Amino acid sequence: MVLATEQLQEAAKQGFKKKLVIVVSKGTIDMLYPAFVLATTAPAMGIEVDLYFTFWGLRVLTKKGVKSAKIGAVGNPGIPMPNLMGVLPGMTAMTTKMMKKRIEKYWPSVPDMIKMIKESGGRIHACSPTMGFMGVDEKDLIPEVDDIVGASTFLGWASDPEAITLFI
Amino acid sequence: MATALNKPDRTLDQRGLLCPLPVINTNKAIQELKPGQILEVLATDPGSKPDFDAWSKSRGHKILSVSQEQGPPKVFRFFIQRSG
Repeated sequence: MVLATEQLQEAAKQGFKKKLVIVVSKGTIDMLYPAFVLATTAPAMGIEVDLYFTFWGLRVLTKKGVKSAKIGAVGNPGIPMPNLMGVLPGMTAMTTKMMKKRIEKYWPSVPDMIKMIKESGGRIHACSPTMGFMGVDEKDLIPEVDDIVGASTFLGWASDPEAITLFI
Repeated sequence: MATALNKPDRTLDQRGLLCPLPVINTNKAIQELKPGQILEVLATDPGSKPDFDAWSKSRGHKILSVSQEQGPPKVFRFFIQRSG
């Protein structure tokens, strides 16, 4: 922690800009919030933000998907109930409702987190091949999306020696 | 020093909010102050101390003092001076 902030100060002195690059590959609440919390905090620390939404993460950038992020009841050992019960009808809806109620007591909703990231200068990118095979059209995307880019663009940001790159 | 600490230019109450909101809101609020002015922040997030420390170091603001009031919940009281 101390080392990281010292490096940050050193980088700032030399005129380098630190950058946080995150691949957001999952569309469930428990995978979105860790990325969003880091992405909303980074600008306050003087760190630039680029979020790359791919696979199930991309669904969150659609007008329909942004309001309906869920949390699965199956294969999620953190959910306080027997795992097998998760396959019963309505269980995902129930766990989603429960977790949303708890989370939104403290944190902004998913659409509001995306707005916060944009307001603080962060950039939101949609993965171009995912658009293709998931059948997502440009007009389906929420207005917060900056652009549609592919692997080469992502590797360009990640090659920045000042970049912190995470895959969530 | 003691008088300066007793008289912040502004107080921001972040009690009850969780990370990352106290840091984000503090970062916003301090930009509305003039360099050298003092912001008092009250926070209950249990990670407030290291988080505010890391934030202030990266932005160059100075944490003049941190005190803990016994809870529950435990309240952290920061006096932060805006950098020049």
